[in-house]
Amino acid sequence: MKKLTFAIAGVAAVAFAASANAATLDDVKAKGFVQCGVSQGLPGFSNADDSGNWAGIDVDMCRAVAAAIFGDGNAVKFTPLSAKQRFTALASGEVDILSRNTTWTMTRDTQLGLNFAGVNYYDGQGMMVPVDLGVSSATELDGANICTNTGTTTELNITDYFREKGMSFNLVAFEKADEVVAAYDAGRCDVYTTDRSGLAAQRTKLTNPDAHVVLPEIISKEPLGPVVRQGDDQWFNIVRWTLNALINAEEMGITADNAAARLGGTTNPAIKRLLGGEGSFGEELGLSNDWALNAIQAVGNYGESYEANVGPNTPLKLDRGVNQLWSKGGILYAAPIR
Amino acid sequence: MTDRPNSSVNWLNDARIRGVIFQILLVLSLIASAWWIVDNTLTNLADSGKTLGFRFLDETAGFQIGQTLGTWLFSYEAGKSTYLDIYFIGIVNTFLVAALGIFLATILGFLMGIMRLSQNLILRGFATVYVELLRNVPLLLQLFFWYFAVLRSLPGRRDAFEIVPGFAGMNITGLYLPAPQPQDGFIYTVIALVLAIIITFVMSGWARKRQETTGQTFPVFWTSVGLLIGLPLITLFATGNPLDWSLPEFKDTGPKLRQGYQSGAGMVMIPEMIAVLLALSLYTAAFIAEIVRAGILAVNKGQTEASYAVGLRPGITLRLVIIPQALRVIVPPLTSQYLNLTKNSSLAVAIAYPELVSIFAGTALNQVGKEIEMIFMMMSVYLTFSILTAAFMNWFNARVKLVER
Repeated sequence: MKKLTFAIAGVAAVAFAASANAATLDDVKAKGFVQCGVSQGLPGFSNADDSGNWAGIDVDMCRAVAAAIFGDGNAVKFTPLSAKQRFTALASGEVDILSRNTTWTMTRDTQLGLNFAGVNYYDGQGMMVPVDLGVSSATELDGANICTNTGTTTELNITDYFREKGMSFNLVAFEKADEVVAAYDAGRCDVYTTDRSGLAAQRTKLTNPDAHVVLPEIISKEPLGPVVRQGDDQWFNIVRWTLNALINAEEMGITADNAAARLGGTTNPAIKRLLGGEGSFGEELGLSNDWALNAIQAVGNYGESYEANVGPNTPLKLDRGVNQLWSKGGILYAAPIR
Repeated sequence: MTDRPNSSVNWLNDARIRGVIFQILLVLSLIASAWWIVDNTLTNLADSGKTLGFRFLDETAGFQIGQTLGTWLFSYEAGKSTYLDIYFIGIVNTFLVAALGIFLATILGFLMGIMRLSQNLILRGFATVYVELLRNVPLLLQLFFWYFAVLRSLPGRRDAFEIVPGFAGMNITGLYLPAPQPQDGFIYTVIALVLAIIITFVMSGWARKRQETTGQTFPVFWTSVGLLIGLPLITLFATGNPLDWSLPEFKDTGPKLRQGYQSGAGMVMIPEMIAVLLALSLYTAAFIAEIVRAGILAVNKGQTEASYAVGLRPGITLRLVIIPQALRVIVPPLTSQYLNLTKNSSLAVAIAYPELVSIFAGTALNQVGKEIEMIFMMMSVYLTFSILTAAFMNWFNARVKLVER
């Protein structure tokens, strides 16, 4: 009898797993939280503090989606993923959103069965070297030992760059960012290469951050953004429009603190549409009409999230640069909610 | 005796028939589960717009890989080599640490195992501490320990710790050794080595036979050593020394970035590989030591006493009486340790040693996204390694096991 029980249990377990094919929104609503794939610790983007609270611009993306669905920015569970694991984790349904400083490339969009829902940080790959190396430009790096992460676009970019310049180099690629930092700090490599935002973040972990300098060259375009599985347009729309709502909110001057007041006191139809005072934009997404209001109240608008996590007043000290609104000289341009 | 007509027993209560029914049900449900998994996988792949297939292997890989034996063997070049090359490089690098690791772990393990049984308190104590310390700390932690211990203790890239000045040295970028560069005519030396190996085998067979028939011994070991070193060496010089050596080159002048050991001169063993080898062999040696100790203790003390009684010296007793009997107990669990070591080598991905899991199932997988095919290819490599190791060890075990008469 035991064997039979096992067999039935086995079939049942397998059949249960089948429900993972259903619409992501229904799954998320049923379990009551959003499962969010983040990095294993990149300050400013996704990093857990001493008591295990996640914070960062990528974390805010997930919290905003959770708030849009449940009205609660804490209805999120985080799964730290290495660069290598991340796409498999998303494709297999282990996480609902991958918000892990992931570069939007054509291969990833077309061949990995994924969809990029937008860009929440425009980045580019840079290089960091110790000051005492006496190097002021990446063109002087012929023959360098370079440390980086496996499973990222950085390996390809750096190879392209050195091939184009006809320079040789030796690559040491680690699975986790922490080991890259430790090895670079120990002097294993002359150069540490990753996205410039990542360099700013990891530099804070070095023994002596001031003894290292980021070279001026930006060798690639790295539009980073949240990723979802291909084939679930509703879920894709929710993530894309949550991001758009945060950017639009900044443009309209709506903040976490004033959002409720603005909804009550405005006659501006665009603000009313965004915050759910007019139309049924939320219901069209399968959410409630105050979805964007909830998202903004949970994490603030895009600018607030930026300033709190990576801006000039944080250890990363990153200027807005191109990540400024289009109306202020940047390239952030969210489609209108109407 | 009571006569029980079959008809009165409900067939449902017949243990034999019920057994068969359950077996059939189990097999059917297994098939159903397998079919379900395959079907679901294919459906999900189709849903996300992915296809199965191995055509990606011909595509060129656009990323650099750290210098290792594999990249040297396949003259890897980013943008020209294919994903198939990456696969082979991964296999070579995995095989290299596994083979070297097994070799080192065996020597160290036997040494420690014998030391644990030593009469000398210091030797015994050292071996005990070694075994208890090494086998009770997770391997991954040891890997990190050795890697960062190696890195932190070595001189920086612009300095060198000269082991033999001009010939061998170390710094944080690796261990630099002279690299042999065979010229035309070196093939004769290789032939001489092969010949020496064959002669050694023939000779040991002849010596064994002679000892069995006449009782006279022949110094097989030292003659073999002489043959294996002497014959190729004589050939090498007789053919005019057709073997050049590329020596490591250290520079401490010029621009700062170009100082240190120069790439392309000599042979380099990267610190990642040194750390992997250290961690794997030290860890596995602790287990092998216990297996060896158990094997030796399994040989009855009477065997030693008996061989002393017939006048055999302790060295010969150990070699001819104890070890052959102990091997019977040692070899089967030793095989498991070898398999463990091979599989554990996949942890090397954590410290950037470019082995199979790191470059093929890691970097390459992220570029082409063929999870199912690539993980399958990777698993078949480990499976093949393991089966080959097990087959060899089983053959060896059959040779050393007790011949029952």
